[in-house]
Amino acid sequence: MGSNMAEQHPVGFQWVVEAKERGATVMHVDPRYTRTSAVADLHVPLRPGSDIAFLGGVINYILSNDRQFTEYVRHYTNARVIIKDEFKDPEELDGFFSGWVPEDGVYNVSTWGYAGTSGELPAGKREQTGDVSGDQAHGAHGMRLEHGEPPEEDWSLEHPNCVFQLLKRHFARYTPEMVEQVCGVPREKLLQVAEILCRNSGRERTSAICYAVGWTQHTHGVQNIRAASIVQLLLGNIGRPGGGILALRGHANIQGSTDIPTLYDILPGYIPMPHPDAGDDLDEFVERNGPDTGAWGDLKSYAVSLLKAWWGDAATPENQFAFPYLPRIDGDHSHYQMMLRMLDGRTRGFVVIGQNPAVGSANAGLQRRALANLEWLVVRDTNEIETAAFWYDSPEIEAGETSPEQIGTEVFFLPAAAHTEKDGTFTNTQRLLQWHFKAVEPPRDCRSDLWFTYHLGRRVRARLAGSTEERDRPLLDLTWDYPTQGPQDEPDAETVMQEVNGRHADGSFVSRYQELRDDGSTTCGSWIHAGIYRDGENQSARKKPGGEQSWIAPEWGWAWPSNRRILYNRASADPEGRPWSERKKYVWWDASERRWASLGDDPDFVPDRPPDYEPPEDAKAMDAISGSSPFILHPDGLGWLYAPTGLVDGPLPTHYEPHESPVPNLLYAQRSVPTRQTFPRPENPYNPSDVQPGADVFPFVLATYRLTEHHTAGGMSRTVPYLAELQPELFCEVSPALAAERGLEHGGWATIVTTRTAIEARVMVTDRVQPLKVADRLVHQVGVPYHWGRKGLVKGDSANDLLPLVLDLNVHISEFKTATCDIVAGRRPRGPALSAFVEEYRRRAGVVPGEPVREDRAGRAEGGAAG
Amino acid sequence: MSELEVRTYGGEARPRVGFFTDTSLCIGCKACEVACKEWNRVPESPQGFTGNSYDNSIDLGANRWRHVAFVEQRKELGVDGVAAGGLVEAASLESLVTDTGLQTYQDGEGLRWLMASDVCKHCTHAACLEVCPTGALFRTEFGTVVVQEDVCNGCGYCIPACPFGVLDQREGDGRAWKCTLCYDRLKDDKEPACAQACPTDSIQFGELEELRGRADRRLEQLAEAGLEGAQLYLADSSDGVGGAGAFFLLLDDPEVYGLPPDPVDTTRDVGESWAAVGVAAAGLAAALIGSVLLGGRR
Amino acid sequence: MTAAGSANGHARLGSFPAAVEREAPREARSYHGQPVIKEPIWHPEIPWYFFAGGLGGASAGLAWLAELRGNEVLARRAWIGALVGTGMSPVLLISDLGRPARFLYMLRMFKVTSPMSVGSWVLAVSGGAASAAGLDALLPPARRRWRRLLRVAAIPARPAAAAAGLPLATYTGALIAQTAVPVWHEARRELPALFAAGAAASAGALASALTPVAHAGPARRLALVGCVAELAIVPLMEHRLGELGEPYHREAAGAYGRLARGLTVAGSLLLAARAERSRAAAAAGGALVLAGAACERWSVFKAGFQSARDPRYTVAPQRRRIAGGRTRGASRRVVAAGAARAAGLAGRGGAS
Repeated sequence: MGSNMAEQHPVGFQWVVEAKERGATVMHVDPRYTRTSAVADLHVPLRPGSDIAFLGGVINYILSNDRQFTEYVRHYTNARVIIKDEFKDPEELDGFFSGWVPEDGVYNVSTWGYAGTSGELPAGKREQTGDVSGDQAHGAHGMRLEHGEPPEEDWSLEHPNCVFQLLKRHFARYTPEMVEQVCGVPREKLLQVAEILCRNSGRERTSAICYAVGWTQHTHGVQNIRAASIVQLLLGNIGRPGGGILALRGHANIQGSTDIPTLYDILPGYIPMPHPDAGDDLDEFVERNGPDTGAWGDLKSYAVSLLKAWWGDAATPENQFAFPYLPRIDGDHSHYQMMLRMLDGRTRGFVVIGQNPAVGSANAGLQRRALANLEWLVVRDTNEIETAAFWYDSPEIEAGETSPEQIGTEVFFLPAAAHTEKDGTFTNTQRLLQWHFKAVEPPRDCRSDLWFTYHLGRRVRARLAGSTEERDRPLLDLTWDYPTQGPQDEPDAETVMQEVNGRHADGSFVSRYQELRDDGSTTCGSWIHAGIYRDGENQSARKKPGGEQSWIAPEWGWAWPSNRRILYNRASADPEGRPWSERKKYVWWDASERRWASLGDDPDFVPDRPPDYEPPEDAKAMDAISGSSPFILHPDGLGWLYAPTGLVDGPLPTHYEPHESPVPNLLYAQRSVPTRQTFPRPENPYNPSDVQPGADVFPFVLATYRLTEHHTAGGMSRTVPYLAELQPELFCEVSPALAAERGLEHGGWATIVTTRTAIEARVMVTDRVQPLKVADRLVHQVGVPYHWGRKGLVKGDSANDLLPLVLDLNVHISEFKTATCDIVAGRRPRGPALSAFVEEYRRRAGVVPGEPVREDRAGRAEGGAAG
Repeated sequence: MSELEVRTYGGEARPRVGFFTDTSLCIGCKACEVACKEWNRVPESPQGFTGNSYDNSIDLGANRWRHVAFVEQRKELGVDGVAAGGLVEAASLESLVTDTGLQTYQDGEGLRWLMASDVCKHCTHAACLEVCPTGALFRTEFGTVVVQEDVCNGCGYCIPACPFGVLDQREGDGRAWKCTLCYDRLKDDKEPACAQACPTDSIQFGELEELRGRADRRLEQLAEAGLEGAQLYLADSSDGVGGAGAFFLLLDDPEVYGLPPDPVDTTRDVGESWAAVGVAAAGLAAALIGSVLLGGRR
Repeated sequence: MTAAGSANGHARLGSFPAAVEREAPREARSYHGQPVIKEPIWHPEIPWYFFAGGLGGASAGLAWLAELRGNEVLARRAWIGALVGTGMSPVLLISDLGRPARFLYMLRMFKVTSPMSVGSWVLAVSGGAASAAGLDALLPPARRRWRRLLRVAAIPARPAAAAAGLPLATYTGALIAQTAVPVWHEARRELPALFAAGAAASAGALASALTPVAHAGPARRLALVGCVAELAIVPLMEHRLGELGEPYHREAAGAYGRLARGLTVAGSLLLAARAERSRAAAAAGGALVLAGAACERWSVFKAGFQSARDPRYTVAPQRRRIAGGRTRGASRRVVAAGAARAAGLAGRGGAS
């Protein structure tokens, strides 16, 4: 679900095909019939943005038919935990959880916790109040528990406020009939999917769920994945071979750029970025951000080792290991907030590496207008992409809205090396790092990102040399001594990996993260990667053929942490440490050796901790996790069916309509996610939705997506003749019924309109896209791939110009995957006529750009968190 | 015939190799098309937006030696409602359960999308090779059929001779070009670029004997799963081209993929043609003699 | 699924532009309407080459026989036809190929399976012989050495040119028949005869037009025989082609065919009725017959392109062969697996 794996991850899909050859059933739940559906056993079309309703239906089927893997659920999940009395479900508050603060547009999450835990927000949870999504937004390591155990539990799972019963009540209305109404999925189809999943789960069998940006790019993206987590935990499909939830990433190495992040709010290994109010006290930072129990209990060791890796001898116990050198974040500095600040003239310079926001970001027109407000812009890419060319070639210039003379941005384009021209790693979805070797030298002035970063740092440091300013110390004290090689003085990427791996005081390489210390005796650039250079060997460069090793293939590349191929694999054994079944044997307790044994993977547990271990009263970190609690990154060691902390929009996934939707929310009076971030400003108007006046002007559901033949915003594919010719033009996919309704001719042209703008595309009339019966009406879909722009060998309008900026507050990802639109036959107007055309639509819909978002159906004002 | 030709290689003859393209595994990624062009430096050949489903490369030719076909098919379901009806196939829970164990492959609910990567067939009886007047087309030691670009004189005879429409003339060059089954790679014991690039092993390269055995087993497996349209195409020596080096497992009739259902190496009729020429020549001779000798002198 | 659909319950979806053809009869199924085979790439030189080869080949025979019969007046004119026809042929071929050197590549080998290879040798022999014979016949005697050599060379060249002219005039029928183009291959028995008839008609017509009426009797007879044969063979061929013959009635092929018939009928009538007395009528009739023969080649040529372009002409006859049990086709379904596999394995035993 939420993934078109065969098209977007064809190489990974070979394993799906192989599984199918071995008898696996492949089900594809997706709005369109895609190349994935074509080879699936079952395709279930559903309305874009209704995934939680569908998964809720599956959860309801499991719970109401008692199909859960009860022993797994009882021991390994928080089903037995009792939640605070004050907690109220959307069932009771018609679409809101308890704690809603209407004036702030956010939740006070204090009522969501485990019964018996402190009612106070853990210190430092500023992001929970909406403004900052700093520390725990990417982890659930915030809750503080005494010796790793929830205070109140009911092992019979019958207490009315235990998670299991809460779940039952929460999902009771997600019946097959309701799913049919909300998703447009025939009830038989839902039952089919649910039944296949149930039959294929349990002791003897496991099922996996794959998702991609079809889930994440929604105002409820995180909750989509949470819903899948609930399904998989109930069915016992986590931590076991053949199970899991696979996040298929949007690009090669997006996973790697999260692990050692290009994100603004985390440090390598998902260590939270400190806030100013944590002061300069490292212990306070650890205190605020790390729970005492579970694997995050050693946060200080990870943080100190990171600081030692970065500042070496300058990081001493006396100066808090240079902790004060770390930058602090004081608010939301995510991409879209940055662009909005740019639009307001509050950002002067911008460096763009490996990104093409002028095509690839939501409301791309807003992005380009923001770029025009910069003083300077640096773009590093393999080709002159639209983001580098926006100042002389853009839809806004074509429309006469602006001109090169009016744009003051000074643009520097720096040619970048391609991945074949440099050494490095790719990290894929299952955390597997694979080294790639440079095949050829980059041509002419092209340089690797490593070269750029290293030499930029070197030059800046040279300029600052001799400075006595305190503010320059962090730069001057950095360990910035990577050896260079070759004619271009390319830094040796392996030495960077060595730093990431970390060393002991004697210079030997760290071999696993458990060896890291908080006394400054170890260094480690990313604690999760400790061991990647184990024994002085680049573990990620191992390429032993699959035929020459076990099916786990531990000697192909290296997976973080500790080359662990399945996370939480303690769950593949029962509470007593025996495999759940011979067929699904993976990790088990070897009583004679008194160690965890496995088929070849690294057991994800303290190696010699027996299954019957009960933590003593004052236990901390891993010692506080019982011998039968596999989810060691959580303070209670349990899989969270219910997320008491870490999320800003609710502890349980709840169906809300997309921000722009032609139908009402059939489940709750609250139409859309209450906490979603909206930005009502002139550059970002919204289509009216549902029953709001003017909604009928945009009656169709718009979905954007990708094609195998192109890569994201096209910078790497529209510039390559062999790829460009395979999909030469932007097209839109419509059903024969919609084509008939709007007079669209196959192969002809259509104009797709939202309040943002209008674009034109060739028409592909196909049975693969079909209208859906939703809430007793027919909802038509318009599908548009988003790869095209104004540069490259094949050009076309950009689908992302159509989209609004509206974000999931948890992660600040925009709702790319669904909006509303209109479609008419023929090409779009050119020049100023385009603005007039769109203006006419706004007038008909009663949209005034910049006016606040209209009220939801329940009558509550929803300014949006950052609105 | 092929064996005779290969025999001329004597000790240098190698086992005959080929492709088994199992279209039931194809996901239409077109990696084969791109890998082929990259390796063989085949020129780009933009055709624009065709509207032929996701196929914008149209067919095989001088500048495309692998081509992925896309066929959208719809089962008539007879369910109420307009277009939405197609999606509301009533599937009872019971039938589902039986279905679960089965491989329905590209059968979606009322819809299926066939994808297939086409290539030169490297026929056992290759008309292109037979009609080539220059000897540019030849049989390699691997039993494959290759055009020698330095010998081809661009006569174009092979182009209409091919019953599959594989060969074509390259513009601005005049010569005929087609898949070489990566002859250069074979010589280095490497598999052809397309087969190596194929992520799902829809394109399988190997010794023909072995591939044919594999294909037989695969066909049986699919038939057991109830896929009645599945068929092996060009896998037998008894067909009109004596079997092909590149053969296919199709899920529908060949013509649906743009392939001829009964391709024939027309040069097998060459005797008939020459006999007709003989008769015609004799007739012409008779007409000449009759006109000149039998009539009056003037 | 209604009965008209395919066996497995699927019918083709629409192709560009939006033709949603859900219930195409099986033999009309195709891939988005794309051709199965490629159209030939031959340029307009090729039908002219067919024409020139026929004219040259038959003219050589006419010339030699007239010589034997002592009709020197006719023979000299006929040698002109032979010289022009066989002389033009390589020029046309080279023009089609693009470079002279490319014609030499034709003579790298001799392949009986390739009518083009055989034809190239025939053309080489015929062209050489006809040149020697024709030049000898046309050039005034002289005491130069080369002229004496030519005279000697012409002695065997005359019969050689006449003999080689027969295959030269007819092999082109085999040339196009040995392709996958249905309208050509299925007419493989008629095409050489049709071309022979055309050759006779055009050789006779040219000679009739050039020769004083008193000496042109054999040429007229030849032209008339050719015309009658041509007019007879075309319907026979179309009849045998059946549905496949359709292209002969459509588009350019149809137009050329109708023109060819009109010209041939008119020309032959004129030749038969008036050419014995009127040199002008002979010239006009000859020209009409020549034009008719040329048009007939163009009709055949165009019909080939048209039939290659439409997948129905490729698929339908093959489907009929399979349906009629004349062949099993190239597909094997599992229903017949046992038998087919046995056959396949037996056939395979010999291979590789």
